[in-house]
Amino acid sequence: MRIGLFVTCLGDTLFPEAGRATVEVLERLGHTVDFPAAQTCCGQMHLNSGYADDALRLVRGFVRAFGDGEGFDAIVAPSGSCVATVRHHYGVLASDSGDAGLQRAVSRLAPRVFELSEFLVGRLGVEDVGAYFPHRVVYHPSCHGLRVLRVGDAPLRLLRAVRGIELVELPEADSCCGFGGTFAVKNADVSAAMLADKVARVLESGAEVCTALDCSCLMHIGGGLARQRTGVRTVHLAEILASATGDR
Amino acid sequence: MAAAGGFPEAARAALADAQLRRNLHVATHTIREKRLRATSELDDWEQLREAGRRIKERTMRHLDRHLETLERSVLAAGGVVHWAADAAAANRIVAELVRAAGAREVIKVKSIATDEIGLNAALAEQGIRAVETDLAELINQLAGDTSSHILVPAIHRNRAEIRDLFRAHLPGGAGLSDDPAALVEAARAYLRSLFLSTPVAVSGANFAVAETGTVCVVESEGNGRMCTTLPDTLITVMGIEKVVPRLADLGVMLQLLPRSATAERMNPYTSLWTGVTPADGPRSFHLVLLDAGRTNALADPVGRQALHCIRCSACLNVCPVYERTGGHAYESVYPGPIGAILTPQLAGLERGRTLPWASTLCGACYDACPVKIDIPSVLLHLRAEIVRRGRAGGGSGDAGAAGRDAGGAVAVAGARGHEGGRNRREAAAERATMRLAAVVMGGPLRYRLAQRAGRVTLGWLRRHPRLTRALPGPLGAWTSVRELPEAPEQSFRAWWHERQRRSR
Repeated sequence: MRIGLFVTCLGDTLFPEAGRATVEVLERLGHTVDFPAAQTCCGQMHLNSGYADDALRLVRGFVRAFGDGEGFDAIVAPSGSCVATVRHHYGVLASDSGDAGLQRAVSRLAPRVFELSEFLVGRLGVEDVGAYFPHRVVYHPSCHGLRVLRVGDAPLRLLRAVRGIELVELPEADSCCGFGGTFAVKNADVSAAMLADKVARVLESGAEVCTALDCSCLMHIGGGLARQRTGVRTVHLAEILASATGDR
Repeated sequence: MAAAGGFPEAARAALADAQLRRNLHVATHTIREKRLRATSELDDWEQLREAGRRIKERTMRHLDRHLETLERSVLAAGGVVHWAADAAAANRIVAELVRAAGAREVIKVKSIATDEIGLNAALAEQGIRAVETDLAELINQLAGDTSSHILVPAIHRNRAEIRDLFRAHLPGGAGLSDDPAALVEAARAYLRSLFLSTPVAVSGANFAVAETGTVCVVESEGNGRMCTTLPDTLITVMGIEKVVPRLADLGVMLQLLPRSATAERMNPYTSLWTGVTPADGPRSFHLVLLDAGRTNALADPVGRQALHCIRCSACLNVCPVYERTGGHAYESVYPGPIGAILTPQLAGLERGRTLPWASTLCGACYDACPVKIDIPSVLLHLRAEIVRRGRAGGGSGDAGAAGRDAGGAVAVAGARGHEGGRNRREAAAERATMRLAAVVMGGPLRYRLAQRAGRVTLGWLRRHPRLTRALPGPLGAWTSVRELPEAPEQSFRAWWHERQRRSR
């Protein structure tokens, strides 16, 4: 397959290892990966903060970068929330814009965009990607993957197939970590209370590594874990799947 | 009292109360698990939700016609129908009806609509005492407190506090213990005497059936049924969105509501009455149909689904934000996720201006809603509307958004002063930041330069943690409890281009 990588602005700028790992996993499975360099940001922050017209600029940018998706068999991103933005909100933003060309492009493009774990398990039918990761790992199901994209247990299936891994249970797993984009700073106190509970549950699980589908949730949970000097690391799911030697 | 800083400020106060947080954690998690059990035992739960959603959507499409049908049916059954455009009109109508009945006291069935319009206070001004008969509402009334949950209004109180209230206020309550049975018995004795002696009752309504004129009240204690059957006069105040077209629609709603609300398979006391019946129940029945902002919401094709709500409070119980803050932080009779989309639409965007942001958009509310209200989408829609109005209002931002002037909504303008100025500056700064980010992200070259600048800045901030934590705004807020991420040595795209070069 010819796969377009949508690395996301956060992944590109602050967590490049998640993007590199995504490339590695897809190439290891025999696919060709391309990175359209014109891509920037999907506009999630703008959309979620009420700046729909600014978000629309970024929708146009995304369409410029990926076209109507015809150049790829699929577009894959190491993020549930960015994919949810494209698949679930681009249609509305495009139709509100009144731009028929944009609407057409978005209606073709959006259904071709996948989060990594749903793509691997749901589209490719792969669970064992040949990874080795000898660590105690807990999986935090990010809200957008869980309740918007409905990735279900795809991430867990992939993790269970990883050699050497010890997968432990996260209590109250489906509770949001409290990030929510600008929520973390607009409602800083509520966000901090939610984070404190999530960090406590991760510690209860006894894991050395906390993983998820989204760099954003991991940045939030990881920021809390680091502040409390817990020693628990956050590692993106793609990195665990890319790990062949277990040294990530 | 409303906090000038809106939800974030009110939430901060609630979060500081460790006991409240423990109470809420236990209560919400218990009901969450029970609800999941109650809904998962039905094979057709998802079809039921879809049926509920469709009934509500179809009803809203022709709400005017259904209301006129309801009016005709109620009249035909011997009742009287009153139309109230706003809170003041509804309160005036009820007060006049009570006075016409020659009463100075009314008993009340738990009703959020009458809380919304401030009926008890309005009646008190007219020298009419309103006594709440729902146990939790009675507790709140005795404490001079407001509800913190749609279904469990006194969820924030423990039994020692309740004992103290009863000791102070109930006749014969002096030596009361905090044993729940003793507390309930004391309330029962007090309320029984009121049921038998008070000639007028005021209720809300969960549903009203247009084709028959039947009104339906769903409750757990039986006190509501006492109110709807014993007094001579019954006055029901109902939001216009509560109408359903056919009696058969209750077949869907009465399955959805108890399982979502209390995790019960069937509701304990479901009272249905149609007008008046000779020698049985009240001799006169009045239905007050309340608008108070509802037609404003109805006019909004995205926002109107908030009117589909059947007040089960499942969204409160699953909400990670409500779980931490409780209901009072929402400063409305409608707390939680549904309150965050209902209050701004009913009372005006100005009054509820911070509420659409009181959510991480985690989607738990949408999953739990028995009539599938897409709360996250309505939150986004309202956020955009508030930002848009802030812009149109000459750069006053979301803080200065002109309220959609809902009929009878309490105006709170002018109460903000300094806070308003700060909020306006913050909103203007946010707007500029968002625009800048959109422009920067609009072109790959600009974006790459900004990326580089961002990495350098991030590195610097991480090297100066104390200074960063002291910063106002987002950076200080983030670093109060979290570390900033490390700046990577190169961006993904830099790595990619290097790799491309090497492979050529």
